[in-house]
Amino acid sequence: MPATETRAKTRLSRQQYLDLYYYMRLNREVEETMTKLFRQNKIVGGLYSSLGQEAISVGTAYALEKRDWIAPMIRNIGALLVKGVPPRDIFTQHMAKYTSPTKGKDGTSHFGDLDNLHIISPISMLGDLIPVMTGVAMAGRYLGQKIVAMTWIGDGGSSTGVFHEGLNLAASQKAALVLILENNLWAYSTPVRRQVPLENLADRAKAYGISSYIVDGNDAVAVYTTAKEAVERARAGEGPILIEAKTFRRRGHAQHDPAEYVPQEQREFWEKRDPITLYEKFLMDEKLLDAKGKKEMEDKLAALLDKEREFAEHSPMPPPELASEGVYCTGPECHDLQPRWERDVTELLPPKSSVEPVWTVEGFGRGKSSSRENAPIHFGDTPQTSEQVEAEKSAARASAPVKRETKPAAKAAVEKKAFAKSTARGKARS
Amino acid sequence: MAAITFLEAIKQALFEEMAADPRVVLIGEDVGVYGGAFKTSEGLLEKFGWERVVDTPISESAIIGAACGMSYLGLRPVAEMQFIDFIACCFNQLTNFVAKGHYLWNAPAPIVVRGPSGGGVHGGPFHSANPEMYFLHTPGLKIVYPSTPYDAKGLLKASIRDNNPVLFFEHKFLYRRIKEEIPSDDYIVPLGKAVVRREGKHLTILSYAAMMHTSLEAAAALAKEGIEAEVIDLRTLLPLDEETMLQSVKKTNKCLVVHEDTKTGGIAGEIAAILAEKAFHDMDGPLVRVTSLDTPVPYAPTLEEAFLPNAKKVFAAAKELARF
Repeated sequence: MPATETRAKTRLSRQQYLDLYYYMRLNREVEETMTKLFRQNKIVGGLYSSLGQEAISVGTAYALEKRDWIAPMIRNIGALLVKGVPPRDIFTQHMAKYTSPTKGKDGTSHFGDLDNLHIISPISMLGDLIPVMTGVAMAGRYLGQKIVAMTWIGDGGSSTGVFHEGLNLAASQKAALVLILENNLWAYSTPVRRQVPLENLADRAKAYGISSYIVDGNDAVAVYTTAKEAVERARAGEGPILIEAKTFRRRGHAQHDPAEYVPQEQREFWEKRDPITLYEKFLMDEKLLDAKGKKEMEDKLAALLDKEREFAEHSPMPPPELASEGVYCTGPECHDLQPRWERDVTELLPPKSSVEPVWTVEGFGRGKSSSRENAPIHFGDTPQTSEQVEAEKSAARASAPVKRETKPAAKAAVEKKAFAKSTARGKARS
Repeated sequence: MAAITFLEAIKQALFEEMAADPRVVLIGEDVGVYGGAFKTSEGLLEKFGWERVVDTPISESAIIGAACGMSYLGLRPVAEMQFIDFIACCFNQLTNFVAKGHYLWNAPAPIVVRGPSGGGVHGGPFHSANPEMYFLHTPGLKIVYPSTPYDAKGLLKASIRDNNPVLFFEHKFLYRRIKEEIPSDDYIVPLGKAVVRREGKHLTILSYAAMMHTSLEAAAALAKEGIEAEVIDLRTLLPLDEETMLQSVKKTNKCLVVHEDTKTGGIAGEIAAILAEKAFHDMDGPLVRVTSLDTPVPYAPTLEEAFLPNAKKVFAAAKELARF
């Protein structure tokens, strides 16, 4: 597996090693609880499994700081948990309960939290979140926040047009974006070889002139250390970074799909490489975890998930009248949208607002406007004769100022001479 | 107080909002160094710097996505479509993500998507669009389509200050062909409010954007024949000011809708439904539509002239309606 960048060997603290283990186990237990709920007909819609991909969701999100932003995909429950989302939110979402973050208006991992956890809701249309997170990174830089934006995409989603638009914009803006490309070999029933004629999807990074990594997505420590380095580089201003994590989708596209199209030997190969089993062995070998510690963690997880599941099961469905509410924000009493400035705002306002750019593009102007007063424009422009100019001047003198809100009569105050041309639109462009 | 063009009004609104509020940023193709294909952002780069006036690659979906992401951190981005026709390229981003955010996950996206729209300038089938109805069907968006410099400035300011995504269409035929004296102090024109441009009692003409002027021209000609048409400028299409419409129709009992958008699925149909639901007993005649043809916008002046409504067509339709 050719690494496109060299990676520093990082040693984690004992607590960090155990955190990774805890969140991976939590990720799996949450999903196993939901599989049971699904079989009991308590999940309203679909259920999408990340079985075997937990190291990616957890390892990448764990590399972020609290101030950083994520936009997960459907299979990134682990990233949500690392960010601090309680399991009850995931259960209530899937069960369409009123107590869910979206109050039952959307399901699965489709929810976010702008104010506290900095999570942007996923959308089923793949790739759209890449430019959105580019905007997050750009705004963060503008506000002086030094944040990193992270989002995920699959091998399938990497073929969308907006993947290209987003990553290209991020690259041209040197946005602090870390994009995790989870290559799980299958886009629903279509194998990656039928979608993309590349051995390594990380090669796509070359097209944008950005750095990339390839990592074994079933190796939690490798995922974390790679993501950590990428996050630090992005934060330092190196621009977006792509990480391809190679893995395998062990279940079907969703719960209904038995995935019989997957070759048996491929499935067997990856089942022997379960990321949690591998990581547990590593922790035991390194004496970071023993049977007692494992049992304690399992008991803790079981107690937590019982409590959270019960909360969800006992929650009500949303009242029907909620259906018509909340399409629009009604103003400051609904949302008072104030950014968190971490720089001096006065330097962004005239007369000081022409601040030096934080990065420059060689040969691209000098931050000076290239045009002049009444410069020619596309269509819409009618070169005027001196007679017309005179006529307009006298018309302007003749027309008194008018109040538009109060006086109902023809107050458009259209320049008579200028607008008369509209009757003969075919000749408007002389 | 000098008369200014529609284009100048847009420029002033952008400048003043950016000068007053560092949350306001501009993002789009050629908006910076070049000052916009229509010069609506001329001089803004020099005044506000690279971070606030962002030249992008030709990537409409990325422009909208980035504007949306910026808005989540508290900014109020204005995204420019170089021609509004290209808004089709980011249809998904707008209708599926931006518009649904507040309803689904309590995430307002205070962005303005603005750009030159409309025909009559021989821009051809890809530079003359009136795409308002693709979006009118999307809950969560607001749609503004002004007809005068005063309104353009006031509505753009209101759109920037609104907490919802607003599509702001600027009819390019009006950019430099119409002038108006406007106050120098800060003002807004509230979204969702229509205005009566000419009072009348015999029939109501509902219109907006460039066709508002065509309607006024027709109304002047009708007056000479003793038909007093009341002309209403809708200004905002979503939300639609039903009250002003209904009030007028209750008085005139007849309604003619004039729009430059094509006929089938145009807003006249929606208005017809509203009047049928809410003013059925007030109507003394059929709702009449004067619109463009149900075709793409053709290029040749002779064809485009045939495609578009004009004062003559409005006059003829109104005269016919007045007979009821």
